[in-house]
Formats: sequence, structure tokens, C-alpha cells
Amino acid sequence: MEKLGIDSLLRRPEMGAFLGMVFVAIFFSIFGGILFMSPQGIASWLNVAANLGIIAIPVGFLMIAGELDISVGAMLPAASMTTGIISGHYGLPIIIGILAPLALGAVVGLINGFLVIRTNVPSLIITMGTLFALAGLSLFLSVYFTNTTSAAITAPDWAKAIFGSFIGGTYQILVIWWIAISIIHFYFLHLSPWGNWVYAMGGDKISARNAGIPTDRLTIGLFVLSSVSASFVGMCQAILFNSAQVSAGQSYIFNSIISVVVGGVLLTGGFGSVVGIVFGTITFAIVNQGIYFTNFDRNLSSLIIGAMLLIAVLANNTFRKMALSYTRKKKA
Amino acid sequence: MSMENKVPVIALKDVNKSFGPIDVLHDINLEVRAGEVLCLLGDNGAGKSTLIKILSGVHQPTSGTIEMDGNPVVFDTPRVASEKGIATVHQFGGTFALMSIGRSFFVGVEPTKGWGPFKVFDRKKANAIAVKAVQDFGITRIDDGDRLVGGLSGGERQSLAIVRAVHFGARVLILDEPTAALGVKQASHVLRIVNQAKKRGLAVIFITHQVMHAMAVGDHFAVLIRGAVAADFRKGEKTREQITDLMAGGETMANLEAEIENYMQSHDGHPPAAH
Ligand SMILES: Nc1ncnc2c1ncn2[C@@H]1O[C@H](COP(=O)(O)OP(=O)(O)OP(=O)(O)O)[C@@H](O)[C@H]1O
Ligand SMILES: [Mg+2]
Repeated sequence: MEKLGIDSLLRRPEMGAFLGMVFVAIFFSIFGGILFMSPQGIASWLNVAANLGIIAIPVGFLMIAGELDISVGAMLPAASMTTGIISGHYGLPIIIGILAPLALGAVVGLINGFLVIRTNVPSLIITMGTLFALAGLSLFLSVYFTNTTSAAITAPDWAKAIFGSFIGGTYQILVIWWIAISIIHFYFLHLSPWGNWVYAMGGDKISARNAGIPTDRLTIGLFVLSSVSASFVGMCQAILFNSAQVSAGQSYIFNSIISVVVGGVLLTGGFGSVVGIVFGTITFAIVNQGIYFTNFDRNLSSLIIGAMLLIAVLANNTFRKMALSYTRKKKA
Repeated sequence: MSMENKVPVIALKDVNKSFGPIDVLHDINLEVRAGEVLCLLGDNGAGKSTLIKILSGVHQPTSGTIEMDGNPVVFDTPRVASEKGIATVHQFGGTFALMSIGRSFFVGVEPTKGWGPFKVFDRKKANAIAVKAVQDFGITRIDDGDRLVGGLSGGERQSLAIVRAVHFGARVLILDEPTAALGVKQASHVLRIVNQAKKRGLAVIFITHQVMHAMAVGDHFAVLIRGAVAADFRKGEKTREQITDLMAGGETMANLEAEIENYMQSHDGHPPAAH
């Protein structure tokens, strides 16, 4: 595959994220002490990274394709509540409680995608609309069906084993899902011919369409992917924690965007990588959780994340410039 | 030349275009043959871009027809036009700045290797074909398909876009001011590529403001003034000065200079506002 030299590594989109990840890992290993490196310490950030990472990758795909999806922040709790209401409140078979939220995710993704291609409104605004609409609708329906804003659910063992359990009592099964999903997404974006379409669409949508790429279908497909991914995480959380809340998930809006941008994806599209998004997600999760292992005031974690985001964006700009100006050295 | 060369690859017959009440093009008749460069000249707002948007399927004529090889055609969308062999290269090449040369060259027609559903993009093959195609056009400085397009010079990006169009079998190449943003060296680079495309038998429509660039590659010239073809002549029929005068709206350059002189005298030395 690629030639592996230092200079070729430096030109990769994930380079900034990799350095950031190594830095925060070392930083919190020093200041977080022995506990941070214990299995529990690792689980604390790895579990956060897995939940976030499954959503961050498709959100990153959309960003590479030149779009944004912030409705994942409402999709996740809506899916969670769907599972809770169907299989918890009404006690219907868990298979319905698993498939219904995924179908709901597909519908929301289709709505987002159609609105984006049919109107010329930026996807940030459209998904802000669906974010609020969906949040309002889930709150209304939750109260309507259950008279509360949460639902308890006890899933059968097989469902818990697949979607919501702890491996060795510490690592969420979602970590495995995250790894598998990352590999599939890596194949899609970097190896399959369709990945090229995503980059082309984010680089220049009109040229991409003129080159014969079905930009409308691809856009809709990517919105469905992000909504279904958020639903999947919401459904798994309901099964894992035996309960669902209407108001969980808003943090995923910013956290996924931060992970993606720290991971080297260009906010305006056309550039980025799956490995970068994974590194960005881990970096975010380490900072987010690592603070609890240190003596620092935990309120400082937002300060660190903010500073990290700015540094990452500047570093990524530098690496991207290096990639642009690169020419293979003439053989002597 | 052979007989079929006599039938224009593409021709406009009595084409009119208006946007609501605004008439932009009037009774345009133009044709381009294989292996020929038609230079479309004209001042700002003359209707050049509108004309090529009609040829590339972005707009449809209000009346009149487009013919390919003597048969009427309708380009409902840019996609239809490009399937019929019309390739349009815009000022910045329509290339993808942050993609590699190999990947951007094959956007939409990615070569794959592997088996069944596990097809993967064949990066080596894409790079090799793209680099070879570009080098065949004499751009030997591009030798690495992994380089990002955005790292190429403006002229190289334009050339890459033209080479791509030729490689994928375009019959009509439309270039909207490909040399506008380029320096002398870069522009001559692009003009060389245009000449190559012409030698390979493409029909080229070349839009430019620069008479020198037009004269370097043109076989046939059309001057648009306020949406109508004001002059239509072949290579060698007019001098550079005459063409420049035509482009300035039919007035001679000398008249224009005198006019500006007068204007400045009566307006405290301010040049006339551009319109
Ligand atoms: N979609 C449109 N709606 C209304 N008027 C338009 C539209 N497109 C172009 N025009 C008008 O048509 C005229 C010709 O425009 P066009 O862009 O074709 O000129 P041009 O010759 O390409 O000019 P330039 O050299 O500046 O690129 C202009 O007066 C412009 O305002
Ligand atoms: Mg124009």
C-alpha cells in the first residue's frame, strides 16, 4: 500500500489527531496517576469513545461530503425512548424494540436528506430544525404514552449480550461494535470506489454531479447512515442501562463535531479520514474523562477541550498545507 | 480531410435565450468541426457564458436548436450533454483540490480490483493511467498520481481537466476563460494543451478576453456583442487590431482612447466607471 516514510505520514489527514491523542494520553497518564492506566481507567474513556465514535464517523462522512448533521443529538434519546416505550412500558418483544428505533432513524435520515437536496437551505439549519422537532416530538410522545420522561426496560439476556453488556464487568460491548463499524467505514471511505464519491462531492458538488456521481442519492444515504448510527447507540444504551431518558444526547451534537474536526476533517468538506476521526474521538474521550483522575477542577475539562480544538484545527491546517505543497523529491 | 469532417460536430441554429423579460442571446448561428478551435470573443456580459451553458445543458434555449453531427439534440441536463461527449472546463478546472491526481481523474469511473462485493479502488492503476495521460500531453512535470490536485499550478490544473475530458472520450471541449487567471508561461502551457486536443480531433470552443490567446489557437472566431454574433471570420481574415476593435463593441481602439481622454478632461481626471 502506501509508502511509509515520515514525510508521507505527515501528509495524512489523521496526523494532527494522532499527535494530539498521544499528547493527551501521556499528559493524563502523568497527572492522572496509576488509576488512569488501570483497566477501569481505560474503560472510562474507551466506553465514552465507543458511544461517541459510532456516531462521529458518519457525522464525519457528512462533513467530508460538505454537509452537517446535528440532529443526532435528538435522534439518540428518541431511539432510546422508542426502545424503552415499546419493550419496557408496553412489554413488547425486544426485537421490535431493537428494529423500531433503527427504522425511525432511517425515516429521520430520509427526511433530512430529502430536505437538504430539495431546498437550498444549508444542512446545519435543516438538521437544527429536525433536532428541535424530534426533541419536541419525543418529549410529547413520551409523556403521552408513559406519563413520564423516562422508561424502564429489562431486556432478555441474548439482547443484553449483543447490544448492552459489560465485558469483564468494565468494557461496554459497544467497544466491539465500534471497532467493527470503524473497519466497515474504513473500507467504504478509503478502499471502495464509493469513498471517492464522498470526497468528490465535498470537494466540488457540481463537478461531481457532472462527472456522473449520484450526489442526491449519496447525500440521502449519508444522512440515513448518521441517523441510524445515532439510533443504534440510543437503542444500545437503553438496553445497557435498563432505562431510557428523553433528555440525554444533546452533548453528542458538539462532541461528535469536535471529534471529527480534531480528527482532521475539513469543516468545509473534501478532506478527512476514518482513522483520523477515531483518533479524534479517543482524544476527546481521554480529555473528557481523564480530568476525573487528576487533582484538577473538573470544570477545567471544557477549557482543555476548547483549547485542544483550536490547537487541533491550526495543526490540521498546517498538515493540510504540507499535503498540498508536497512534491516527490527528484531521485538524485 | 475526410468527408465527415465537413459536418459540424456541434452547431447552434437560430438559438435565442431570454431569462424572463431579459433577452440575452439573439439568433445565434455557430458551428464547430472536428479538429477545429472556435474562439468565442466578447465583452463582459455579451452572453458568452450563457451560450456555453446552453451547449453544456445547464440552460435550455428559449427557441432554436442544437445539432450534433447534423442531427437535432436536446440537452435537458449537464449529465445528458456530458454523455453525448460535451465536456466543459471552467476557470478553475472543476477539479477537486484536496483529492489526489489519480483519484480526481477517475471520479465517477473508478477502476477497481478484487472480487465480488469486496471491490477496492485500484489506486496504482488510477495513478498510472492518469499520470500517463497527462504526460502524453507533454506535461512531464506531473509524475506522481498521489499528489493533491490543489498543489498543482493553475495551468497544470486546467491542463489536467482538459486531459481528463479528452481521455474519457469528449468530442466537444468547451473552455470558459481557461487562461484568465494565468500568467504568460502558464497560459502558453494551457494553449499548448488546447492545440493538442485539437490535433486529436476534438471540436474546441474557447472563450477568452485575450486576443493573443485566441489567435494562438483559433481557426475560427466569433465575436458576440450584446447577445448577437457581430462578426464571424476565419483565421487570417482579420488582424489583431481589428479583432480588438470588434471586441470593444465595433469601435476602433483609437476612438475609444480618444473618448476616454475626453471623459477624463470633463470629469476632473476620473476615468469612466466600468459598466
Ligand atoms: N440566470 C440569468 N438570469 C437573468 N439574466 C442573466 C442570467 N444569466 C446571465 N444573465 C444576463 O445575461 C447577460 C450575459 O451574461 P453572460 O454571463 O453570458 O456574459 P459573459 O459574456 O459570459 O460575460 P463575462 O465576460 O463577464 O463572463 C448579462 O447581462 C447577465 O446579466
Ligand atoms: Mg462569462
